[in-house]
Amino acid sequence: MFRPFQPIGYGTRVLLGVGFFVFFVAFWSLATFGGFVSRTFLADPLTMVADGWYLLSQRGFLYDIAMTVWRVVGGFAIAALIAVPIGIAMGTYKPIEAMLEPFVSFARYLPASAFVPLLILWAGIGETQKLLVIFIGAFFQIILMVAGSVGNTRRDLVEAAYTLGATDRGIVRRVLMPANAPDIAESLRLVLGWAWTYVIVAELIGASSGIGYMIINSQALMATGQIIFGIIVIGIIGLISDALFKAVNQWLFSWRLA
Amino acid sequence: MSELVIDGVGRTFPGVRGGKPTTALQPTSLTVPENDFVSILGPSGCGKSTLLRIVAGLDHPSVGKVVLDGREIRGPGSDRGMVFQSYTLFPWLTVEDNIGFGLREKGVPENERREIVADYIDRVGLHGFERHWPKQLSGGMQQRTAIARALANNPKILLLDEPFGALDNQTRGLMQEMLLGIWEREHKMVLFVTHDIEEAIFVASRVVTMSARPGRVKSIVPVDLPYPRHYTIKSSPEFSALRSQLTEEIRSEAILAAQEQ
Ligand SMILES: Nc1ncnc2c1ncn2[C@@H]1O[C@H](COP(=O)(O)OP(=O)(O)O)[C@@H](O)[C@H]1O
Ligand SMILES: [Mg+2]
Repeated sequence: MFRPFQPIGYGTRVLLGVGFFVFFVAFWSLATFGGFVSRTFLADPLTMVADGWYLLSQRGFLYDIAMTVWRVVGGFAIAALIAVPIGIAMGTYKPIEAMLEPFVSFARYLPASAFVPLLILWAGIGETQKLLVIFIGAFFQIILMVAGSVGNTRRDLVEAAYTLGATDRGIVRRVLMPANAPDIAESLRLVLGWAWTYVIVAELIGASSGIGYMIINSQALMATGQIIFGIIVIGIIGLISDALFKAVNQWLFSWRLA
Repeated sequence: MSELVIDGVGRTFPGVRGGKPTTALQPTSLTVPENDFVSILGPSGCGKSTLLRIVAGLDHPSVGKVVLDGREIRGPGSDRGMVFQSYTLFPWLTVEDNIGFGLREKGVPENERREIVADYIDRVGLHGFERHWPKQLSGGMQQRTAIARALANNPKILLLDEPFGALDNQTRGLMQEMLLGIWEREHKMVLFVTHDIEEAIFVASRVVTMSARPGRVKSIVPVDLPYPRHYTIKSSPEFSALRSQLTEEIRSEAILAAQEQ
């Protein structure tokens, strides 16, 4: 069973995957119910579930979740819409790459979270500011990843297209774009994952709704159960959006898996 | 009257990181008249691909020029179809969309395009595979699709760079016959690069041998076997004589090439 790349059955896979979650919760229960960790610092699983139910039923937490999802999706969509074409242009045309690559590489390392105070000065604490944080976090990453994929397009495919009479425009639209669409979609999936961390940071400071806002409020109340519930909700939403993204990619790019 | 003139074409690649420049091809001249099927035979590294890429317009000669129908070649174009040794079907397109790629790029209307594609599917025997992805095809089928893709564009000349090099012997034999069958019906100029002597003789009306590095044309051997050719011709005395002659020519070059490495 333990040989490199030895495949395993579906049942075993599910069992092992679920098993680890069970192990994790068991460990957490032992630490809290067993009295090894003070309740003040870490709520036990049952308290967490109860707190979660309280948040959902009494405090309108669903609204906060919806706000957070909309911010992530909104900021991410705007970033992707602008960054993907720029990335394609950068990967395709060397002068554009020469001009933008150094700056974008630099900008990529600017931590989106550090922009929060600045963005509050510029855009206030409204939705624009939240969207901007996510935009900054996603935009430069997407450009670089897309440019990287496009720049690595198989040259022989490009040459084949030229010998079939493709124009430069045809090369971009009918070779570079379809050839890299799966990689671009995969990059977007990764960046969307990171966008979740930026949104929470944006909501921790100067927000009046959202999962991050609830978390910072709960801290004031020492409600660690609520905090953990919020974190777990983010994890679950991330997992769902990731699975959806993956399924759409597989459906769109079935030629890759054929 | 179509005609391809390769006029003193040579190619030197600049040295990498201050190294010595490589002469891949010494000035070479060759005239290919209409309907001519020319095999280019030589040991690996003698500049066969370089020559073909220059004719295709994918590379530029350091000296000399290539003229097709009185017009100097300055870049790639749909009048020269190419089939590469590596499999270069577009993996995101089905077999029929691959074959129709050039036609679509030219703006041929959908109906007409379908007809032409169906015709070529027929000629290369890919019935039932129209909707398959390239990944689902064997190497031989992929190269048949690639040949159909190049021909569907109705080029004046077909350039083939060791298209069957990666195939097993049986498949390769069948592919040679298929290619020959297509050519016998619609005469086009063909430049067929190979390092397989039998293959070079079987398909061509002339075999051009090239010498080892740096490459240049060593000899041009006419193949006076009548078309249409049947594979049994490979065991005829005329064929054997040509094979011995070419083996001799190539052997000395192969030895030279091996010593250099
Ligand atoms: N882009 C290139 N840059 C530098 N050297 C090259 C390049 N392409 C080919 N060569 C060199 O030119 C010579 C001929 O190559 P090629 O035309 O591919 O030979 P063949 O197709 O006959 O095997 C080889 O020595 C090869 O290393
Ligand atoms: Mg070669």
